[in-house]
Amino acid sequence: MSRIAVTGDDAIAQAAKIVNPDVVAAYPITPQTIIVERFSDFVADGEVDTEFVCVESEHSAMSACIGASTAGGRVFTSSASAGIMLMFEILQIASSSRTPIVMAVANRAISGPINIHGEQTDQLLFRDSGWISIFAETNQEAYDSTIMAFKIGEHSDVLLPVAVGIDGFILSHAIEGIEPTDREFVFEFLGGERKAALRLDPDNPVSVGLLHLQDYYMEARAQVRDAQQRAKQVIIDTYKEWKELKGREYHPVEGYMIEDADYAFVTMGSGAGNARTAVDELRAKGEKVGLIKIRVYRPWFGKEFSQLTKNLKGVISVERAHSFGSPGGILGQDVKSTLFDSKQTPCIAEYCYGLGGRDCLVKEWSEMYDRSKKSFMEGKNLPYFWWGVRV
Amino acid sequence: MIDIRLHGRGGQGVMTSSYLIAEAALLEDKFVHAFPTFGPERSGAPIAAFARISDEKFYVKTEVYEPDIVVVQDPSLLSQIDVTKGLQEGGIILINTDDPNKDTVRNIKEKRPDAKIYTVNASLIAKEEIGLSVTNTAILGALCKITENAIIELKMLEKAIQTRFKGKGAIAEKNIRAINRSYTEVKK
Repeated sequence: MSRIAVTGDDAIAQAAKIVNPDVVAAYPITPQTIIVERFSDFVADGEVDTEFVCVESEHSAMSACIGASTAGGRVFTSSASAGIMLMFEILQIASSSRTPIVMAVANRAISGPINIHGEQTDQLLFRDSGWISIFAETNQEAYDSTIMAFKIGEHSDVLLPVAVGIDGFILSHAIEGIEPTDREFVFEFLGGERKAALRLDPDNPVSVGLLHLQDYYMEARAQVRDAQQRAKQVIIDTYKEWKELKGREYHPVEGYMIEDADYAFVTMGSGAGNARTAVDELRAKGEKVGLIKIRVYRPWFGKEFSQLTKNLKGVISVERAHSFGSPGGILGQDVKSTLFDSKQTPCIAEYCYGLGGRDCLVKEWSEMYDRSKKSFMEGKNLPYFWWGVRV
Repeated sequence: MIDIRLHGRGGQGVMTSSYLIAEAALLEDKFVHAFPTFGPERSGAPIAAFARISDEKFYVKTEVYEPDIVVVQDPSLLSQIDVTKGLQEGGIILINTDDPNKDTVRNIKEKRPDAKIYTVNASLIAKEEIGLSVTNTAILGALCKITENAIIELKMLEKAIQTRFKGKGAIAEKNIRAINRSYTEVKK
């Protein structure tokens, strides 16, 4: 099939269109994206069978999604930045109610100061909520990941909501060519309509979202914990199936030029494209550098990650997110704890970059590498560093 | 890989220009990445949009700082911002102007003697052919011509316009007339 030109927003809207969910509930908060705007066109034009619920806030959007999902529906929504903040309480309910909602997140900075540009802190802030968390590097990945998210989340071993992140503006507003697929394929890939074993059904009444006090709360949370762990195999299997059917190969954690590398960047999202370009340029100069791209952030694929880091002398963790007062970055803490758990002791440098959409050029990635390598060669870690901040 | 930077003002469809370039290039199965300056548009404010086109797959996702080609859609920008900033040695500048001998255009020529500078009266063409002096499509025919159809072909641009303005009455046809005129009327 020939490629079509779409923005990241459009890619996700098109993916949702061929998934043809039962319900989409969304609210156009600033900064919303055109994902649900486009989707509402599909509804108005009769191109989908979806019931579109235009709610009065993001808090309500997620609540309506949970209601629809609990009734057994296939449900989609999208949000970003401030919208995520407003639905934060309900995000936790979505996972604890075991509703496999799929949400696209145009990753954008959170206030304040007010800013709507690319940054992943919004999605990382709900890393502890039980949501499966995926970041796309390209519009094709965004498209494929959105479709696969339904399969992963709805799997009976999982039953968790899934967030698919695209960097605000850098992907959401940029046109790339993607290879689309069609509704028949997706319908078959997802195994037809959603089959919810447990749902609100007047003939077989169940209760969802009840009070769990000291007696059962921990068990309920442990079930989400276990579902996150079981999701790993489901994700691996889904990627394998996608490769067989579509030819595009995905892994939860992906190495590039890593086999013989001494040092490697670790990053997520569209920044991986710039890191990869920097790796190519550095390799051309004889540097033994690679890249580890985290596609699936939650659940964290520690075993797969430590397979890729086992021969490294230095790890350069670079993230478009921040956590004030923390012992490093958000991604950086996962990286460091995985290295510790696997008893690997490469040197480490951690960078926060590109907050609020600030661009970071390929040559800056190379500069980060040079700066880190210099320290690594002296056997020293580098303290957590905010790249490009004026003093 | 060819990096293009387009200058215009918010509301003039600069983003659409960059998208059309990408859509036309994709019809030739090239690899593309096209986007506006990452930010909200404000009507009338100077804005830029970018298009990267390559025969090979590429991964870079930054804005364009060292373009091979600069397209200036609004001539009033010439005296307000440095459109030549970062332009590659021997790069191309395509300017929409009603008078190639204007001081603002001459200043660019003096500043960048290495650059290949072309002009076209896209505003007039747009007004006569489309009925609006919105130059975002009109100027792209000239871009095809001065790059000898190597980056995007006029025929593919026509197709991309037809697709983008499908179902919008005579708009596609008018725009296609405009790009064909700018294709023939562009001057060095």
